[in-house]
Amino acid sequence: MESSMLTKLNTIHSHFNNNGGNIISALQDIQSEFGYIPEDAVYWFSDKTGIPASKFFGVATFYSQFYLKPRGKNIITACCGTACHVKGSDRIIFRLQDELSLAKGEDTTGDGLFTLEKVACVGACSIAPVMLVNQKVYGKMTPDKMVKELKTYEESPSE
Amino acid sequence: MSNNIKINVCMGTGGIAAGGDEVMAAFDLELRKAGLEADVEKHCAVHRVGCRGFCARDVLVDVSVDDVRTTYQYIKADMVPRLVEEHIIGGVPVEDWVVGQDYHDFHDRQEKVVLADCGQIDPEDIQAYLDVDGYKGIVKALSEMSPAEVIECVKASGLKGRGGAGFPTGMKWQFCAANKSDRKYVICNADEGDPGAFMDRSVIEGNPHAVIEGMSIAAYAIGAAEGYVYIRAEYPLAVERLHKALSQARAHGFLGKAIHGTSFDFDIKVKLGAGAFVCGEETALIASIEGQRGMPRAKPPFPAAKGLWGKPTVINNVETLANLPFILRKGAEWFASLGSETSKGTKVFALTGKICNTGLIEVPMGIPLKEIIYDIGGGIEGDRLFKAVQTGGPSGGCIPVEHIDLPVDYENLLKVGSMMGSGGMVVLDENDCMVNISKFFLEFTQSESCGKCTPCRIGTKRLLEVLTRITEGKGKKTDIDLLLDMANDIKDTSLCGLGMSAPNPVLSTIKYFRHEYEAHINDKRCPAAVCRSLLTFTVIENLCKGCGMCLRACPAGAITGEKKKPHYIDTSLCVKCGACFDVCKFKSVIKE
Repeated sequence: MESSMLTKLNTIHSHFNNNGGNIISALQDIQSEFGYIPEDAVYWFSDKTGIPASKFFGVATFYSQFYLKPRGKNIITACCGTACHVKGSDRIIFRLQDELSLAKGEDTTGDGLFTLEKVACVGACSIAPVMLVNQKVYGKMTPDKMVKELKTYEESPSE
Repeated sequence: MSNNIKINVCMGTGGIAAGGDEVMAAFDLELRKAGLEADVEKHCAVHRVGCRGFCARDVLVDVSVDDVRTTYQYIKADMVPRLVEEHIIGGVPVEDWVVGQDYHDFHDRQEKVVLADCGQIDPEDIQAYLDVDGYKGIVKALSEMSPAEVIECVKASGLKGRGGAGFPTGMKWQFCAANKSDRKYVICNADEGDPGAFMDRSVIEGNPHAVIEGMSIAAYAIGAAEGYVYIRAEYPLAVERLHKALSQARAHGFLGKAIHGTSFDFDIKVKLGAGAFVCGEETALIASIEGQRGMPRAKPPFPAAKGLWGKPTVINNVETLANLPFILRKGAEWFASLGSETSKGTKVFALTGKICNTGLIEVPMGIPLKEIIYDIGGGIEGDRLFKAVQTGGPSGGCIPVEHIDLPVDYENLLKVGSMMGSGGMVVLDENDCMVNISKFFLEFTQSESCGKCTPCRIGTKRLLEVLTRITEGKGKKTDIDLLLDMANDIKDTSLCGLGMSAPNPVLSTIKYFRHEYEAHINDKRCPAAVCRSLLTFTVIENLCKGCGMCLRACPAGAITGEKKKPHYIDTSLCVKCGACFDVCKFKSVIKE
């Protein structure tokens, strides 16, 4: 393991101890540091704390917030709430999957530029259908408009 | 020209998505050019949700000259120069862009208690909350009332839990207060996971101190010294505002040791949820705070007896808690005078879907559904026919047109096979397929089922499979009975509320829209033309101009035709994506 990763994990570990050993908080810290939950990090934590790795994976796979695979540079979040659903979010998602050449079950493009994910509701139902790109909100979207918006991220990838 | 000019730009999620940032910048620029001093501010304390609840009209801009306020709608940056020139410099409002009667209708029929201060006060400034009598409720409780009297007051008010089930709040407190323990907890459930609901987020973002005060009142009543707010990590702004509000409340002595010079100690921690719908269930939520997989357990013991870390615990929803300061301040009688015979107070709804005025509304309990949809909501978009309104999210049901006069409260919603839920209200029109809607909710509950009990884990999966085959035209004659049979079994035997209510969308759509299920199964037809497998796309020859748009849009190469001559869709190649239908400007592609 790289030493920079080790330093980060040690900090998270001391936080974990102060937190009364809360697994969810530890995983949230790991994810906010690395962008996802690296398997190595879980095994390191398991060794350090004596808590079985299965416990960490159990929690990580239970909650939709946690990712066990690295994610793309730009995160496209498709809202799949009821309001967005009846206003056609499905068609935007189909179009994007096609446009980004994502095979069934895949969510990140081969070049790692985009990850397309669905969420239950972002709570912006008044302007449905809603898509987010890196937390920027796009309301009242159509498949065409969304594809056009994505072009701007391809040309000048966000930092 | 007046020196007293104030401009407020709406900067909620809707406002920002509609270009609120650009509008603000344009005002700054134009005012500087004109050499004017004015106060340009972000309106909309309810950031990221919807100022005043009406973000369908964004960007909304208030221009106040000498305290005369004019509200404009649909403002874009390029409209700003004219506003500055004609209204601010010329003194004549630009009538074309001023909000119309429907804007006022949207607001006039509402009755705001919980949302009264949202969007009016600065949520990041405790002084703004104090100026509107904030924290007077808890001070009154501490200085004039015993904990038992506080419980009596809440019981007398008739307040019921706003999270969905509608359990009387005062009673819940009484059970917990009666349990002796060295430690007790108050938990605020802000894990708003229903798709189509954003009430709780807007309350926390708009008025976090009201929630803190509500929790303090609850803690005093049951004898707790510690509280938790369990909030979705997906709500970053609400979390940030909450943290700010908590530290201000501590600095002002409303949280901490010996509050208001009494022996009452209370403080609050924030716990971030990690995205699991089932954590809205009390015992699952407790497991999640403890850092475990959020799985419910059998009740009893109820949390009031054995809750967080095994100690007596009261869990209340955000909106419930935000009502408390008002009840304490204005009295139980005042609260009980609002609403219907059996459901007191007001309810916040997220009104969305195929309706003209989408947004966040607060209405007295018992208001007829018709008033919400036609007077506040302005009716159905595009003059299409109203079909149903879906309430209660994945646990609720669809209410059809024959119940349009229904007074909306806990009891009536249950009577017609739906439920209050946390307050999502999604309006559906003739273009919505009820089998598809039912399948949509089952997809959600099936994937959110925690897997602990068999009826919910396996049952929702089987329900979804049957619904899927019906929407694909592979339904069997016996499927409706099979769905009803499974649905009732799942309802009766599941461990927690998620499983018990998961079949509701299926049951209510079969009850009121059985003919749509039958059309899918018997005629292999989707009456609303939604279910893709059952659609056929065809070109009407005499309408087709041969422009070639559909041909270029078709991803399957199923469309042929010469330029300026009618095109043709080969149904054996068609993948039914609907791209041709979308691009055709002459309405010559039909789906049926």
